[in-house]
Amino acid sequence: MAIVAIPSLMRDLTQGKAEVVIQGSTLRELVENIEAQFPGVKDRLCHEDANGVRISPYIGVYVDGALVEKGMRSPIGDSSEVHFLPAISGGSES
Amino acid sequence: MADGNGYKVVGTRPIRHDGVDKVTGRAKYGADLNFPDMLFGKILRSPHAHAKIVSIDVSRALAHPGVKDIVTSKDLPILSENILAEDKVFYKGHAIVGLAAVDVHTAEEALSLIDIEYEVLPAVTDVAKAIREDSVVLHQSLTTNTLGEKTGKPTNISSHVRHQNGDVEAGFAEADVVVERTFTTQTVHQGYIEPITATAKYNPDGELTVWTSTQGAFNVRQQVAGILDCPASKVRVVPLEIGGGFGGKTTVYVAPVAALLAMRTGQIVKVTMTRDEVFEGTGPAPATLIRLKMGATKDGRITAADTDLFYEGGAYPGSAVGAGANCMFAAYKIPNLMIDGFDVVVNKPSSHAYRAPGAPNSSFAAECVIDEICQKLDLDPLEFRMINGAKEGDRNPIGPRHGKIGYLETVEAAQTHDHYQVEVGNGKLRGRGVASGYWGNGAGRSSVNLTVNQDGTIMLLEGSTDIGGTRASIAMQAAEVLGIAAEDVRPAVVDTNSIGETGVTGGSRTTHATGLVAIRAAESVIEQMKEKLADHWEVNLNQVDFADGTFLNSDNQISFKEAARICSPVVGSVTESTTGAGGAFGTHVVDVEVDEDTGKVEVLRYTAVQDVGTAIHPSYAEGQIQGGAVQGIGWALSEEYVYDQKGQMVNASFLDYRMPTSYDTPMVDTVMVEVPNPGHPFGVRGVGEVPLVPPLAAIANAVSRAIGVRMTHLPMNPGSVLKALNKI
Repeated sequence: MAIVAIPSLMRDLTQGKAEVVIQGSTLRELVENIEAQFPGVKDRLCHEDANGVRISPYIGVYVDGALVEKGMRSPIGDSSEVHFLPAISGGSES
Repeated sequence: MADGNGYKVVGTRPIRHDGVDKVTGRAKYGADLNFPDMLFGKILRSPHAHAKIVSIDVSRALAHPGVKDIVTSKDLPILSENILAEDKVFYKGHAIVGLAAVDVHTAEEALSLIDIEYEVLPAVTDVAKAIREDSVVLHQSLTTNTLGEKTGKPTNISSHVRHQNGDVEAGFAEADVVVERTFTTQTVHQGYIEPITATAKYNPDGELTVWTSTQGAFNVRQQVAGILDCPASKVRVVPLEIGGGFGGKTTVYVAPVAALLAMRTGQIVKVTMTRDEVFEGTGPAPATLIRLKMGATKDGRITAADTDLFYEGGAYPGSAVGAGANCMFAAYKIPNLMIDGFDVVVNKPSSHAYRAPGAPNSSFAAECVIDEICQKLDLDPLEFRMINGAKEGDRNPIGPRHGKIGYLETVEAAQTHDHYQVEVGNGKLRGRGVASGYWGNGAGRSSVNLTVNQDGTIMLLEGSTDIGGTRASIAMQAAEVLGIAAEDVRPAVVDTNSIGETGVTGGSRTTHATGLVAIRAAESVIEQMKEKLADHWEVNLNQVDFADGTFLNSDNQISFKEAARICSPVVGSVTESTTGAGGAFGTHVVDVEVDEDTGKVEVLRYTAVQDVGTAIHPSYAEGQIQGGAVQGIGWALSEEYVYDQKGQMVNASFLDYRMPTSYDTPMVDTVMVEVPNPGHPFGVRGVGEVPLVPPLAAIANAVSRAIGVRMTHLPMNPGSVLKALNKI
């Protein structure tokens, strides 16, 4: 089971919990399982485009300290620690 | 063999492969490109910081005999408001109309024939004013996005991020000293010497070619195709040499306009910005307002930090406040933390990446407050960093644990350096400052194609724009694996039709990511050559080995070059989404002298220590560190966008926008600490961005200690120093 750090501004959806322990072998499974327990989380973390539901481009997902590069397919280990942080970006492309 | 590191090529200093072209002036940059019958494009830009566009009448310009075509946002298949404004302009310099004419002078003349009626609106160019309840609101549809949740109320604050751990109030209660300050930094430009330029050709078969100066050809392809609503496969982007980028050339400004004009006229169209257009119409680094409160015990242990970060996104949302928040305290163990970050729109150009985007600003605040705490506690500032500094396994206070890092090693190297051991000198207003900084570095997608020639040399094709010597640093990694000289690998940066997708040269990712892919491609070459030699020697594949540049079995032993004659053609081609970028830290020491009559700050001595993982080409790693430090001197002492009351930038030239020159900077001594990154076979860490993070605070701390007044606003130009000294 992975330990997931809940971003401060999403803790209204997790009854104030800063950390939850969730099953999931990929990021997609993990997000779905968080959503099942805490409805609304997926909407805040993800967006939908022509290629389906993905992690928002404004969020960087760190698994065991490393930024994931495979999006929702990223593997999650049995005792992984997962953080959702603001994505590192350098400015608007509007 | 390189100095004791066990490598033969890595760690050596060969002459760069593109050196002859660069020093003889033969290298082709974007604006050097010319074709027969080429048209010249120009952009009409807003004279107002904020206005509604009531009407646009291009009839007089279109009637000019030298004008071939004119486009506005209505002609863009997909609207992109920062390329051509639709019904409002949000900053002086905002592009509105593009035209193509037979020569550049005709194009400039024709701009004056375009009639635009504006309804001028009040402008806000200051983040502190833009966040007030009574501020002018730029975008009525903009509401604050809080991790996906929107407030629904029109505002200039486009997003809010927060990091929280522990109990901040309890942490401050535990502290023996608490320092609280407000800091500001100004809008600054990357200052690349080569202006933005793009040349486009459209063939009747639907193929579009764009030649441009860019940090990422595939980014240009994606953005141009997106705006023109055509398949990316129909767009070929040819990256030319780049005259500086520093993050500023990771997006498009004129390329879509040049392409659209080329499509409509059927002629090749070149658009090159002037310097004032570059200042006013491209994306600088954001101005910021930062409030920070930190506490520590008398034995120098940080107990809490609480900060609000307000970053200017410019005309549209998207400042680097997230990165600023992520990097701000990465060097330290902080048990109780609250960071609130806000992205704020103002009537300035849309901010964009600039070397470690976001991190210099937030680190300026953090490292200055730490310095003041050290003064209050009478602690050596480097010793304070040894007490609180992060090492492998510690958490970045925003959450994730650090992997193998070399922060404390940089502090130790600074402590023992001759610079820190000698006195700064007295008799005048002199001071010494130190500061540390962090950048997370990137990985991501890269592609490399290696072709083995008959003579044993290698043609290396890559999609990574060469900035700071990356042709060499990539070629050297392939050479190391193949056991040949760096000079025997001939690297070429090629167009988007000739190599697999590759991310930008940015995020300090290229030597790590493209280097890693070059290693994989070289390994593929070796495996293929082993198979061919097994056939040639009539032995089983498992009987062929490769070591130290030699293929061998029990009866044969030949060099890579000899094997190439037997095995070529061999091609190793790899496209991979890489991971394993290691974050990196730097610690800078600087001595300054302040002229108490003029307020001028002179940098007397500068030493920059950085964990570079493993330096592939030490000269180029050192060059990156020196370049970052010098840019930091500019941020700290002289650079800023100066605006008048109407939101007009009044210093849009290199004469008035004061970047440091060689007269303003001492020799920057570099100390490379090598703590190899386990995420790369040779231990590479990104190098290019970290060195811009510490200088702002290091210099501010030096000035503050020199004059006895805490400096919290940048730049510390003569006027602000005299003000701090109560002399004006």
